[in-house]
Amino acid sequence: MIEWFNHLEATTQGLLFTILKAIVGFAILMTMVAYTVLLERRLCAWVQDRLGPNRVGPLGLLQPAADGIKAFFKEEFTPAHVRKVFFVLAPMIALAPAILNLAIIPFGSTLGEQPMVLADLNIGILYTFGIVSLGVYSLVLAGYASNSKFPFLGGIRSSAQLISYEIAMGMSVIPVFLYVGDLNLSAIIRAQTGTQLGFLPNWFVIQSPMTFLAFCLFLIAAFAETNRTPFDLPEAEQELAGGYNIEYSSIKFAMFFMGEYANMILASAMMVTLFFGGWTLPWFGLDQPAATLPGGVLHIAIFLAKVFAFLVLFIWVRWMWPRFRYDQLMDLGWRRMIPVALVNIVVTAIWLWWRSGN
Amino acid sequence: MQEILFYFFAALTLIFGALVIANPFSRNPVTSAMFLVLTIISLAGLFVLLHAFFLAAVQVIVYAGAVMVLFLFVIMLLDLEEEERRKIKLAGLVAGLVSVGAIVVIFVRSLLATKPGSNLPSPTTEGDTAALGKLLFTNYLLPFEIVSILLLVAMVGVILLSKKDLK
Repeated sequence: MIEWFNHLEATTQGLLFTILKAIVGFAILMTMVAYTVLLERRLCAWVQDRLGPNRVGPLGLLQPAADGIKAFFKEEFTPAHVRKVFFVLAPMIALAPAILNLAIIPFGSTLGEQPMVLADLNIGILYTFGIVSLGVYSLVLAGYASNSKFPFLGGIRSSAQLISYEIAMGMSVIPVFLYVGDLNLSAIIRAQTGTQLGFLPNWFVIQSPMTFLAFCLFLIAAFAETNRTPFDLPEAEQELAGGYNIEYSSIKFAMFFMGEYANMILASAMMVTLFFGGWTLPWFGLDQPAATLPGGVLHIAIFLAKVFAFLVLFIWVRWMWPRFRYDQLMDLGWRRMIPVALVNIVVTAIWLWWRSGN
Repeated sequence: MQEILFYFFAALTLIFGALVIANPFSRNPVTSAMFLVLTIISLAGLFVLLHAFFLAAVQVIVYAGAVMVLFLFVIMLLDLEEEERRKIKLAGLVAGLVSVGAIVVIFVRSLLATKPGSNLPSPTTEGDTAALGKLLFTNYLLPFEIVSILLLVAMVGVILLSKKDLK
């Protein structure tokens, strides 16, 4: 096997490694989705002074498997009045953006000689925004395909929300790129190595007030883009009778659900990469690409730990905050966040120009 | 590899483009709009083959992600049944054929006038965003600013139209 592999051309070897990385990355993402659901349920239970699901397997760790089996075997009911093709297509599109975005996240430095990123694109973040903007179609089509009033209104409501906050999200990260001078995500991680004041990490979240503001705006927009509380109007069960997903059941419903959690994980990974130094830690030389195999594994572990911290934040906020009203949501997006993001860009540009002059 | 991918994406673009205007299976405008999205995405694939990553990304963000979603909104809020039942009118058919023919003539003439393969700047190894930005703000500053003003005018127009009580 190894001999056969060594005989292959360099490009073929690279291709095989990329395919392997894609498969492993996909498997890890899906496992994380399953366990984030469990984490959400356990944490929510603790917030409400309950125990949560702890019966299936030790500490309830097999609960995701049970949930998955249940979702697959439930009756898959398709109402007679739906538009079939779009009805089937919409849940698939819900899951696709998160998986496609996996391609450009640098989730580690190197493992052996392989860089731990699938495609180190030069346009990095633009690719992300392109893919994320396609995610809207799942909501629009789900609402349209269901062919009844409530899903339709829900679909319109949620896609308006997503489009609005996409703009704020795109504008909020521009100061970071002004600082780095590059759209490439690996270059952004390199710009965050080292320390400031001797011990504090040089991460963008604390590097300057402008980038801190950029992080706050990005965080808010990320909550809105992933349909999480306090912006979970697309699926407000209590007061808006659900949304685009009313007519869905069984595994199709579960795919919307998985899409939400996968998007949450990817949003966390983006925030870790852009503002929290990606796979680096400023101490013990952990901000340089790993030379050894254990070092590479450690970098991946650091990255996953940071992502995990953000996931806990997402879940914690859900059980602490009430939901926004729709007009408040639009007001926040268009009349507060976009002007603040624009001012932030101008201030950052002026500051960098002044600094380069001195 | 490059060539295979080119023909793949070119074929996809043409097939999806044809399905936008003449879909034998459905006359639903939403289906047409979704095929237009696929056309735009396969066009972005062609841009990637030219190493124009920036253009490809912007193409997807602006057209597939923003413009087409608004298209879908409008189509969905209109009366679709009427559109599906509508017959093709002779005058419309003739006008359409004439305009398409005119465009084809212009394309063929301009293609015959240029010799393919000569005088082409070699594609850079990677789409350089910084170089594009510099060009936009130096050589092409005037057209760039005029387009911006055009967009601004459109936005002001929308706000003006949506205000109910003008003073």
